[in-house]
Order: sequence, then C-alpha cells, then structure tokens
Amino acid sequence: MNAVLQTHHHYAAEFERNVAELPGAGADWLAELRRGAIDRFAAHGFPGPRDENWKYTRTAPIERRNFTCRSAAGEPLGVDQIQDVLLPNAYQLVFVNGVYRAELSNVSDMPAGVTLSSLAAVLQASPATLEGLLNRHVDQDRHPFAALNTAFVGEGAFIALAANTMLERPIQLLFVTTAAQDGHAAHPRVVVSAGDNSEATLVETHVGLGEAVSFTNLLTEVTLGRNAGLEYYRLQEESVKAFHISAVHVSQEADSRFVSTAISLGAVLSRHDIDVRLAVRGAQCSLNGLYMAAGRQHVDTHTRIDHMAPHCSSSEFYKGVLDGHGRGVFNGKVMVHPHAIKTDARQQNQNLLLSLDAEADTKPELEIYNDDVKCAHGATVGQLDADAVFYLRSRGLDETASRGLLTYAFAAEIINAIKLDAVREHLRAVVLARLPEGEHIKELV
Amino acid sequence: MSDMLSIKNLHANVDGKPILKGINLEIKAGEVHAIMGPNGSGKSTLANVLAGREGYDVTDGTVTFQGKNLLEMEPEERARAGVFLAFQYPVEIPGVSNVYLLKAAVNAARKHRGLPELDAMDFLTLVREKMQLVKMDEQFLYRAVNEGFSGGEKKRNEILQMALLEPALGVLDETDSGLDIDALKIVSDGVNALRGKDRAFVLVTHYQRLLNYVVPDYVHVLANGQIVKSGDRGLALELEKKGYGWIEGATARA
Ligand SMILES: Nc1ncnc2c1ncn2[C@@H]1O[C@H](COP(=O)(O)OP(=O)(O)OP(=O)(O)O)[C@@H](O)[C@H]1O
Ligand SMILES: [Mg+2]
Repeated sequence: MNAVLQTHHHYAAEFERNVAELPGAGADWLAELRRGAIDRFAAHGFPGPRDENWKYTRTAPIERRNFTCRSAAGEPLGVDQIQDVLLPNAYQLVFVNGVYRAELSNVSDMPAGVTLSSLAAVLQASPATLEGLLNRHVDQDRHPFAALNTAFVGEGAFIALAANTMLERPIQLLFVTTAAQDGHAAHPRVVVSAGDNSEATLVETHVGLGEAVSFTNLLTEVTLGRNAGLEYYRLQEESVKAFHISAVHVSQEADSRFVSTAISLGAVLSRHDIDVRLAVRGAQCSLNGLYMAAGRQHVDTHTRIDHMAPHCSSSEFYKGVLDGHGRGVFNGKVMVHPHAIKTDARQQNQNLLLSLDAEADTKPELEIYNDDVKCAHGATVGQLDADAVFYLRSRGLDETASRGLLTYAFAAEIINAIKLDAVREHLRAVVLARLPEGEHIKELV
Repeated sequence: MSDMLSIKNLHANVDGKPILKGINLEIKAGEVHAIMGPNGSGKSTLANVLAGREGYDVTDGTVTFQGKNLLEMEPEERARAGVFLAFQYPVEIPGVSNVYLLKAAVNAARKHRGLPELDAMDFLTLVREKMQLVKMDEQFLYRAVNEGFSGGEKKRNEILQMALLEPALGVLDETDSGLDIDALKIVSDGVNALRGKDRAFVLVTHYQRLLNYVVPDYVHVLANGQIVKSGDRGLALELEKKGYGWIEGATARA
C-alpha cells in the first residue's frame, strides 16, 4: 500500500519538478489539462490486476522503478546510426529519448496544406493551435497511461492536413531510445488532424539502440475528417529491457478510412491500445498486426472499436508468435451501439506457440446493441502443424529450417499484406533475423 | 543386382498399439514392388516408418537402405540419401510456395551428393521440363504447397517432386487412388520415366489398374501387419477378382 502511494507521490513530485518547464506552460487551458491529468493519475494510480483491461499485464515492474520524467537529453547521435531504420523517400521527424532532434529530421519540400512539426515547438510558439485538438477524444479514466501522458504532454509531433490534401510520400516519426535513457521515462504525444478528403501514410517507428531500462509512454491521437484516409504503421522494435506503453486513439467522420498495421517485436513489456470511434456513417477501419515474444517478453494488444453509426465496417487481423517464456495477450473489444445498424465487424486473432513455456491469452469481446449487424470473430492458439513439419523434412529440409519456414509463413500473412514496400521489406528482414536458419529461409520465401 | 532395401522382422507401434508385426521384404535396385492389402492393414504405417515419421515406434527388426541402417537416420537425411515418400494425403502448407519448397528440396539433395546448388535460372529450366512430364501448369509453381489443389493435382505434385529429386527408392502410398484415367496415366508415365536399374519403387495400391501401367516385378499382400502372400503380377489380378478373404491371415477391416 505504501509503495503504491509512494509511486503516486513519485509521479506527482516529478510533475511538480517539471511542469514549469514544459512547453506552453503559460497557456492556462494547457496548465489545467496537465494538472487535471496528474490529479487523475494520482487518484487512480497504475492499473492493477483488478482492472479488467489489465488482467494479464502487470504494470508493477514499471511502477516499482520510479522512472525520472525528464529525458536524458543531448545524446550525440549521427544519422549513420539510424540509417537502417530511416524510411527512404519519407518526411521525417526524429526523436532521441523522446526529444525532437531537428538536425536528424527531414521536413524539406513539404507540400502546401501540410503541417508537420515538433509538438513542443507548436506548444511553445502558438499553443492556441492545439486547444480543442489535444485530448479531443481521449478517455483518461479508461486509460490511466493516457492521463500520465497528458500530465507531461510536451514533446512529440503535430501533423495537420488541410482538406483535399494528398500526401504522396509517407511521414515517418522515428523514436530512438539509447542507453542513456536508462531510468528515464518519455511521454511523447502525436497529434494527427486530417481534413476532409485528405490522404496520408504515417509510419511510427520505435527502436532501441543499446540496452536501457527505459519507459516510453506514447499517445497518438488521430482525427479523420469526412472521407479522409490514413494508412498507419507502427513498428515497435525497442531493446529487450525497455518498457513500452503506447496507444492510438482514433475518431472517424463519415466515409473515412483508417488502416493500421501494428508490429510489436521488442521491449520486455509492451502494451498497445487502439481505440477507434467510428462516429459517422460509412467510416471504415482495418486493424492488423503481428506480435512476437521470446525469452521473457510480454506483449499485450488491446483494441476497442466503437461502432456508433450505421453502415460502418471494421476488420481486425492479428497474429502472434510466442517462443521461450514469451507471453502474448490479445483483447479485441467491439461495441456496436444501438443506432449502428448495418454494422460489419470482423475479427481474427491467431497465435502460434513455439515452446512449451510460451503462452497466449486471447479474448474477443463483442457487445452488440442492435439486431441488424454482421459480426464474426475467431481466436486460435496452436502449435506448428506436425504434419507440415514432417512433410518438409521428408523433402530434405532439416528440422530447424522446416520449423522456421513454417513460422515465417505464419507471420508472412501479415507482412505480405503491407503495402509500403520499404516497411514490408524491412519487416521481412527483421522477422527472418529472429528465426533460426533465417539466412537460409530468406531464400525460400 | 544390388540390395536397395532390406526389411527384416519389422515391428512397429502407433500410440502403443502394435501395427506392424514382423515384416520381411527384400528389394533390389531396378525392381518394382506392389503392396496391396485391406484398409488398416498397415501399408501407410510401413511407408511412414520408412520415411521416419515421429510417433511410429519401431519395437523390433531392422531396415537397411543401400547398406545403411535407415532407422538411425533423421527424416531429412533419408530424403537426401534418396528415399522418397509420395504421401497418401499430401499436406497443404499455406504461405510456403511450391517453387521454393521444390528448390530447397533439390538443393538439399544436391548438397548431400556434393553437387553445387542450382541457381534460380537453372532450377527453373529443370522444373519446367519436369512439369511437362506431369502436365502441370506453371502457375502451380507460385501457389502455396498443395493449398487448394484438387486431389489429382496434389498427387501430380508429389510425382513432380519425385521427378525432380530422382530418388533411389520411391515409395508411393496410394498415389493412384481417386485419380481418373488421364491422371493415372500421367502419374504412371512419371514413374515409368524414372524406372531404371539404379532405382526401385514400392507402390502401395488398392487397384490393380495402376499395375497395368506400371508393371510390377512382385506383388505382396499386407494383412494385419504382416506380408501374408507374395507373387507376381498375376496375384494382383487374382486379388481383384476374389478379394482378400481367401488368403490365410488376411482379415479385412471395416
Ligand atoms: N497416427 C495414428 N494414430 C493412431 N492410429 C493410427 C495412426 N496411424 C495409423 N493408425 C492405425 O494403424 C492401423 C494401420 O493403419 P494404416 O494407415 O497403416 O493402414 P493402411 O493399410 O494404410 O490403410 P488404408 O488402406 O486405409 O490406407 C489402423 O488401425 C490405423 O487406425
Ligand atoms: Mg494407407
């Protein structure tokens, strides 16, 4: 009990220590937002096992560590160190240990109608721009880490697309955690506001360089105007000691399209929440993902889709590969509200266990409050097909390669569906590198 | 002729249950042996034991392949050494394309023989030639292994693999079952094209019709885990007319 109270004191104290220096501290609405958030977090505390949304994921290891909420700043880092993860032909904002680094970023040749800038810079220079946008659809009671993020909101990215803007090149937000971030927390915020009929591709990449026991608590907010489309990729490749909590909250107007691919490969403990509000008729979302855990990794995905209007559709397809003592959690909640007739909601989650000690917990949750809907869901947890392994071996492939090939084939269903070539190829290489005999299998897929 | 396969007093259990109860079989290079017998008599079990499938426990006896103890070898080692099993029920493998499996299989065998691996171009030339033999369209190369293939297509795919791998010993487990006459001819042509003095085949079949196209040197009847009768081609014709009931020890199961 005392420990818990102390932790709340810890983050409340961290808040008091830092609040005056947060960007835009002079804006009253922002100060209120932040203070309300830390009060809320202090009152609720870290989610515990009694919280249904956190039943399988213990946050105590994060809580216990009392992370410093000020980033390890000024880490020297050259472009050459991030070359591998920089997407070619993309606009880039690069963050090192949560802090924006202009010299590593690339925002030249930005077409008219597009704003892409450091959130801290906007909050500093013209906080009013974000009034009403920040936390627009974030339910802090449901998401304690969103409250914590809001308390420290400052660093991050602001992306705004004017109506009818088609951005052809992708935007990449690259978050790099270095060894210097050990013991530190970062609370980056990404705000995306896409005007009517606009279209863009956003890639959020999280990588760890060097092993740090760090804590990332990211919150991405997306508002899609009428008939707007966003292709969203999130690649989480933190180092294996990192704690990574992230969420994306999406609100969609009529006929808008949100297509998400979330890949979780790193961190000792990671949690990704996707909350989508299909608020107006004809909105569509497609949430796809791949998570892999080995060693002692724990990876948790919680999606929630609110069908709030007629003729909206949602589809979800997630796959998990769990090895060693790795554990995967998938919870897919779909809420079909009373007015949301002609809803089409599909959900699939498939898990592959590669070892006896690996574990997968999967739970579809459907709450449907009208009769005129089409909903389908399925969840599986299984092992490699022994007949298939034998078939490959009987053709001369050794056992390790056979198992690796079948594992890759399982994951490839998600990877191959990725439209962005560079992301797909990168992922292919990263996933293969994790498999035994990956070098050999590479030639077979 | 040299010894290809020598099976002596082979006993094997599946799930603790004795299925093979003392099989003896001598196969020399150049020979074709047909194995017939009632459902559940152990034909596929024998084929799987030869291929090294897990869960098939040999409790007694020996199997010697080209002078080596076959039972000590891993399934992939057997394959590379030249044992090929055409499955009664070929497995569908979503996500693994046929062409890659074929190439991996061919190169694993070549490596074992000390030959250089084939590059993509040479392999494609080779596979196209073999596909003509089994009258398979090139699109099958790029589809996932057996996924959505019809029964006949799966069997032809097995023969294609065999044609590419050129095994010393081919064990065909009911490759002819369920095939129409055209497909049966294709499969038979595939086997006949490979027949030669350095190879041997075991054809597991229920139908003597196959044996009109691939003429065997010997026909054996496997019943209740033992070979209860051996003869020449005439035996197959007799079995077709009279069934298995007249053979001592042959008990057809439902
Ligand atoms: N994996 C298995 N688990 C349990 N029992 C098995 C297994 N495989 C085979 N058997 C049993 O072993 C016996 C022999 O089966 P097998 O498949 O070898 O027969 P078969 O001669 O090939 O029959 P068919 O002509 O129907 O193909 C049967 O009683 C079968 O039920
Ligand atoms: Mg059989």
